[in-house]
Amino acid sequence: MTDVGRHPRIKLFTLSEIVDIKGYVGNFDIKILKKARYVSEQECTACGDCAAVCPVVRPDEFNLGLSSRKAVFTPFPQAVPSAYVVNVNECLGHNPVVCAKCLEACEKGCINFHMSDDEIEERVGSIIVATGLEPYDPTELDEYGYTRFENVLTSLEFERLINAGGPTKGKLIRPTDRRRPKSVGFIQCVGSRSARKGSSYCSNTCCMNTIKSTLVLKEHYPDIDIKVFYIDIRAFGKGFEDLFMRSRRLGVHYLRGLPGNVEELPDHRMRVAVENTVTGRLEFFDLDMLVLALGMKPSKSTRGLQEMLGLQLTPDGFYLEAHPKLQPVDAAARGIFYAGCAESPKDIKDSVTQASAAAVRAIRLMHTGEIYTEPITSQIDPEKCNACGKCVEICPYNAITKGIRKKTPCVVNTAACAGCGTCAAECPYDAIVMNHFTDDQINNQIDSMLEKSSREKILVFACNWCSYAGADYAGVSRLQYPPNVRIIRTMCSGRVDEKFIFNGFLNGAPVVLVSGCHMGDCHYIDANRWTEKRVKKIRKKMEKLGIRPERLQLEWISAAEGSRFAEIMARMENLRQRVSIQEISETIEILKNQEKMTQN
Amino acid sequence: MEPAPSINTKPQMRIGVYVCHCGSNIAQTVNCSKVSDTASRLKDVVISKDIAYACSEPGQQEILQDIEEHDLERIVVASCSPRLHEPTFRQMMKSAGLNPYLLEMANLREQCSWVHLNEPDAATQKAEDLVKMAVSRARLLQPLEQEKLPLTKRSLVIGGGIAGIQASLDLADNGYEVLLVEKNASIGGTMAQLDKTFPTMDCSI
Repeated sequence: MTDVGRHPRIKLFTLSEIVDIKGYVGNFDIKILKKARYVSEQECTACGDCAAVCPVVRPDEFNLGLSSRKAVFTPFPQAVPSAYVVNVNECLGHNPVVCAKCLEACEKGCINFHMSDDEIEERVGSIIVATGLEPYDPTELDEYGYTRFENVLTSLEFERLINAGGPTKGKLIRPTDRRRPKSVGFIQCVGSRSARKGSSYCSNTCCMNTIKSTLVLKEHYPDIDIKVFYIDIRAFGKGFEDLFMRSRRLGVHYLRGLPGNVEELPDHRMRVAVENTVTGRLEFFDLDMLVLALGMKPSKSTRGLQEMLGLQLTPDGFYLEAHPKLQPVDAAARGIFYAGCAESPKDIKDSVTQASAAAVRAIRLMHTGEIYTEPITSQIDPEKCNACGKCVEICPYNAITKGIRKKTPCVVNTAACAGCGTCAAECPYDAIVMNHFTDDQINNQIDSMLEKSSREKILVFACNWCSYAGADYAGVSRLQYPPNVRIIRTMCSGRVDEKFIFNGFLNGAPVVLVSGCHMGDCHYIDANRWTEKRVKKIRKKMEKLGIRPERLQLEWISAAEGSRFAEIMARMENLRQRVSIQEISETIEILKNQEKMTQN
Repeated sequence: MEPAPSINTKPQMRIGVYVCHCGSNIAQTVNCSKVSDTASRLKDVVISKDIAYACSEPGQQEILQDIEEHDLERIVVASCSPRLHEPTFRQMMKSAGLNPYLLEMANLREQCSWVHLNEPDAATQKAEDLVKMAVSRARLLQPLEQEKLPLTKRSLVIGGGIAGIQASLDLADNGYEVLLVEKNASIGGTMAQLDKTFPTMDCSI
């Protein structure tokens, strides 16, 4: 930690948050909000004179409220940067009439109440997301009595109690009587591996963390009685099984079964009722203290950052990697990498491994100092452009400019164009060509797909980042769906032109599905809003023409929703079976007449 | 960017189609030789083959050799998802002196063999369709050029827990500037709150 503070090439921003990110791989423009510390980071020597005179006493968050701190404080003794901080909401005020004791106590004059929040703008080439975890909040698991009984602790609270730097200097005490407990029980999988409460995934570290705690306890107090209530012990890592065996050899009692109920006895001991799944009997244990092995949840900041960066999440709420096996630290968006528990629950060793991998992936990208951009951008045919400016209004990236003089054709700035193709789909004059996803290329795919037995087929448009990836995920998970589905990939659902859909129906498609990222998850800021609008418009048009609008469907499917993709395909097949040959031929007739009319 | 040149005007376009078995991943469900046979009769396809592993070194060599021998201009690889191996095959195109955007892929694994495991006939039919669609698209592909832009050699690390710290140090020690952003008053994250840590049973800080 201290290496970070000292490193000449690391600029550390604490009390800071990212409030905005623009741009792309190679050149991201970021805005950092740095909140005022009210103590100079450079000057403060962490002598503690200020805290000694501060009259405000508050629970200490670092020790989870097991000790107290002042309104001017250091989070913990080894903190980096090694400077105190004022919690200005708790501070009585710097007016000498009210308090200002710390100002007087600080000989170096580091405390400055006139500091204000700062907004800092910077440019970077790559981003590593290492936003960590949130421990599970066990209050909803009322059967363990965490909110009702003082002697039921979380694993993190236990960590602070057994820590030599903690509030008791490492002496384990029972909160009700401050005496050393003679027996301690650990309950595993609190908030993990449960479909009912908490999360269904395994949090990966809690088994080993408990085993470690039992070893520490046995080292401090060899005669202490320890019981561990578990579903399975997952000691899969290098050297882990040895630790588990050591713990058992030291007499720790591992009991298979999670308690159903915890009650408090008059002497504040905990009575644990558990069905021992080895003996098949209901057993009762009276223990001095109970520790809940908390699972991990994604950090609260995940959602906001995900939207800012256009990233994807798994159904569990952790960040989704580009490929679970071959690109486990890359985000699908280029130039963004994951490290640590932001991507999934993991222990320190795995976090460190992934962080080093993420650093190397970032270096691999940046080392030449140059970046190649995808040529999948749109271009405007000046002959056809009527300078209506619709594309200028649509482009999520403001990459299109309208001529200053009236009726000068619009121009695409290819460096700013991200290639969603929404402009090409919306242009009323067909003046925009979307490179690599041109009208002709896509229409050719539709034509050849529907050339034979069109009535049997389901035409699906899927966006590269979410729904196409969701279809891939269905494959990786071997989820089976009807084999008559034919997928056409576009970069964004915003590219799916009205023409493509009518071309599909004209060629005899019974049903058409347009699919894209969920609202707010669009890889192209909010281009899928246009998809939604367009599909609504087309369905109205279909109704007017006498084509059943239900035959056109719109669905949002994320990259992690393989099962949702498969379900939707089954639903589409259901829908297709209800479209008769006669209905299809009628539609073809209607659309042919329509074509003739527009030609005349 | 200049408007892309019009579609190839040669009398006949020369397309090569490669249907990958992916070991048994595709071949156990999809009849790959039948798919490649059907593809060989498509317009502008001058060569069509099924191949054990298209992405492997021998697989790529075989395609490269064919490009040379048969003067192929466009390639259709029917294998796994383009999200996985499109960069691989684009690189192969480049090494053959072809524009990488004249490659088209048909997704026969993630979106065909793996999702229709018990319907080999229907899956083969689908594979034939997917290859036909890919060839029809390949016929209209146009060469595109990537643009080179300057890059900022700095990294932003969001979060100062153990992962953020390690990533920052690795980057900085390799000579890159790092901005490390942490929402709390100190770095250290959850790890700093732990006492001893497994498997070494030593202090966390």
